[in-house]
Amino acid sequence: MSSSLIANIAAQPPQPQSPASPDYWMPFPASTVAGEVDWLYDFIFWLSTAVSFAIFAVMILFAVRYRARGREENELADKTSEHNTALEITWSVIPLFLVIAIFVWGFKGYVNLRTVPKEALEVHVQAQKWSWLFTYPNGYTDTELHVPKDRDVRVVIQAVDVLHSLFIPAFRVKMDAVPGRYTDLWFNATEAGTYPIFCAEYCGTAHSDMLSRVIVHEPGGFEAFLEQAQDLEKQMPPAELGEQLYRRQGCAACHSVDGSVQVGPTWKGIFGATHAMTDGTSVVVDENYLREAILEPQARIRQGFPPSMPTYKGKLEDYQLTALIEYIKTLK
Amino acid sequence: MAAPTTAADLVVAPSKPEDNYLTHDKGILSWIFTLDHKRIGLMYLVSVLVSFALGGFFALVVRTELLTPGKTLITHDQFNQAFTLHGAVMVFLVIIPGIPAALGNIILPLQLGAKDVAFPRLNLMSYHLWVLGALFLLASMVISAADTGWTFYVPYSTSTTTAVIPAVFGAFILGFSSIFTGLNFIVTIHKLRPPGMTWFRMPLFLWALYATAVIQVLATPVIGITLLMLIVERLVGLGIFDPSLGGDPVLFQHFFWFYSHPAVYIMIVPAFGVISELICAFSRKPIFGYKFIALSSLAIAFLGFLVWGHHMFTSGQSVLAGAIFSAITFLIAIPTAIKIFNWLATMYKGRIHLDTPMLYALAFLWVFTIGGVTGVFLATMSVNVHLHDTYFVVAHFHYVMMGGSITAFMGGLHYWWPKFTGRMYPERAGRVGAILVFLGLNFTFFPQFILGTRGMPRRYYNYLPEFTGLHQFSTIGAYILGAGFLLTAIYLLKSVRSGPKAPANPWGATTLEWTCQSPPPYYNFHEAPVVNRGPYDNYDKLRFDKKSRGYVPAE
Repeated sequence: MSSSLIANIAAQPPQPQSPASPDYWMPFPASTVAGEVDWLYDFIFWLSTAVSFAIFAVMILFAVRYRARGREENELADKTSEHNTALEITWSVIPLFLVIAIFVWGFKGYVNLRTVPKEALEVHVQAQKWSWLFTYPNGYTDTELHVPKDRDVRVVIQAVDVLHSLFIPAFRVKMDAVPGRYTDLWFNATEAGTYPIFCAEYCGTAHSDMLSRVIVHEPGGFEAFLEQAQDLEKQMPPAELGEQLYRRQGCAACHSVDGSVQVGPTWKGIFGATHAMTDGTSVVVDENYLREAILEPQARIRQGFPPSMPTYKGKLEDYQLTALIEYIKTLK
Repeated sequence: MAAPTTAADLVVAPSKPEDNYLTHDKGILSWIFTLDHKRIGLMYLVSVLVSFALGGFFALVVRTELLTPGKTLITHDQFNQAFTLHGAVMVFLVIIPGIPAALGNIILPLQLGAKDVAFPRLNLMSYHLWVLGALFLLASMVISAADTGWTFYVPYSTSTTTAVIPAVFGAFILGFSSIFTGLNFIVTIHKLRPPGMTWFRMPLFLWALYATAVIQVLATPVIGITLLMLIVERLVGLGIFDPSLGGDPVLFQHFFWFYSHPAVYIMIVPAFGVISELICAFSRKPIFGYKFIALSSLAIAFLGFLVWGHHMFTSGQSVLAGAIFSAITFLIAIPTAIKIFNWLATMYKGRIHLDTPMLYALAFLWVFTIGGVTGVFLATMSVNVHLHDTYFVVAHFHYVMMGGSITAFMGGLHYWWPKFTGRMYPERAGRVGAILVFLGLNFTFFPQFILGTRGMPRRYYNYLPEFTGLHQFSTIGAYILGAGFLLTAIYLLKSVRSGPKAPANPWGATTLEWTCQSPPPYYNFHEAPVVNRGPYDNYDKLRFDKKSRGYVPAE
């Protein structure tokens, strides 16, 4: 059990993979709405196929049957009517009824997709270039989405930088993450397993690498996971935990560990160095300064960098803070 | 003492038969500053075809990169730039001006029996603006090509470090070019119809251009203002779209699609017009349901303004708004479907000649049917949520834009090629090209429907290994498509020099452009024609003449 948990929160999550689907077109259906969406998709699919083949057949039939022999023959087309009211009404009204029916089914399904059931378990997700940070009710944060089977789950979505879109094909759900507002989606997973999560709204360089997985736990497994995940953190070597938090808490979006300069200073070699601050003082980066920089980032800002770091006060437990600092110390 | 004027001095030299618009003036300046609609149209045509080659090159780069799940050819950022350039070039430089500004510019006055468009100078200016806009797009490409996608969504477009401003400003200028062309066409159709040509005696190509022109004039200013706001936002932090300044990124999407959805009809309605001409001319029969086709172009143009929100079902837009947009979208499906039935009914009991233009028209019917029915999937709200921003959408709009607009453009290009150049293209090579394009199109884009349904998101540089097979299939299709267009380019270029001389009316079509010689004289018609019939009447009054390989009046 604990080895699989460690695998789940390992530094490099495995590449997501879709389970084999019973359908050639649609991916494996794993939520309560999937059946409904797939049914409507199939209905339109077969209707479209029938209509298209009828059109192709008539087109090919006419092109062969009425093919002219050659320009020299000077053949004339048979006289046919240029109108046929009965025919024209038929081919207008039948499609009209069909599309009205499809519209109504689609609308009902959409209302269902957008109406979150009461008492749903809430998970918050923060989309940022180029990762998803899922925060669970107990405060645990992870880049993967863990959910229980057979329970309504509402995912509250926000974006910190540009547009993203949370897309879980197995559940047939998708919702944009829009900076400056909350959006949400809900689902009720019907099959335990792991399914891919994609970012569907173009967000720059690593858009196609903004992948994750949703892990649907059997009943009871989800609660156990959450509890153990947090316990497990306390049993890990601090520097190792710090490395995980670096990734899970989104530090990596602005701070590199390889010396390259991003939005914020690199962590490589920062511990023990002396740096000038915007207020004219200079600071030796030690444990206390790092603690202050994480909890009160605006207190002292290093020269040459924007004051754009959000505070982590209340987001990190004390042992997590220590772990992060220990990790920074290892980056020589 | 002046010599007395004699009768001989007053005789106007008759125009020589070889004197046409191509030979009337010489020198590069006589082209750059020409006011002749045919020359302007030809310059548009060459420019559009060059842009098409450029956009096609980027398409092949994108498809080649996608041969393998990881890196094949280029980096993440280069890929993002390549698909952005492919989209921007194809939309703004190729498809929007393709049929109206290139083909329409030459054909519209000819179908009206007119000497030129209503405002020749405005026409020239719209071409010059097109060149200027294209130069700005090129500038972006050279400085650091934009990587925003052709949709320029904020806040990505206001925060990326690439040269977004030149690209956006290029699109802004191209918008004016499009507006001027539209304005010119509206006035020309209203004021320069020949005696006897009532509205319902106009060729359907003109109805289509008219409907398109209305959209161009009414919708394009909105994108102009939006792009300008985007530029100002990027330069000085205006705060209309950026949430950190109190703006709303979804507002940009509304503005953008308020233009860009009608723009879809700017791209496809002219194609409808071309197809109506082709089906009649090659079935040798009048169109079935003329009035319906004519008026449905206008209806589609009008309804096209009211459906932009169907691009935003997953943006957090309200359910009610979404429902209205979805319902109106379904309404548009009806007249569009009926047009296809009308074209089929036109072929019924015709005498069908399967020349290259007709092959393209049949390819259009096939491909556009698939593009149309897959639009029904996307208009269906619950299904759209799954398919939105996946390869299903990519496949759908390529079936409509590439399969619809470009196929019709190719059909029209071959149909009117003898009129434009005075030369016939080689028929056998033309048919091979058309078949290659048709096969390539389906091989490239059909697998993408499956990819999208399975959940493959669009604009992905890397992809999961499970999608590899279908991506490779699609890439091979793209190479076939590329081969088809390469072949077409080669034989068309060759035919300009060595093709057989074209007769005035090689297809036996009944619209007025075929009554003047190929290529047309500088002033088009020696005298303004008088119209006393429908545009597709009198096929029986034309007879094929073996000597000239063209049709002549029967008696």
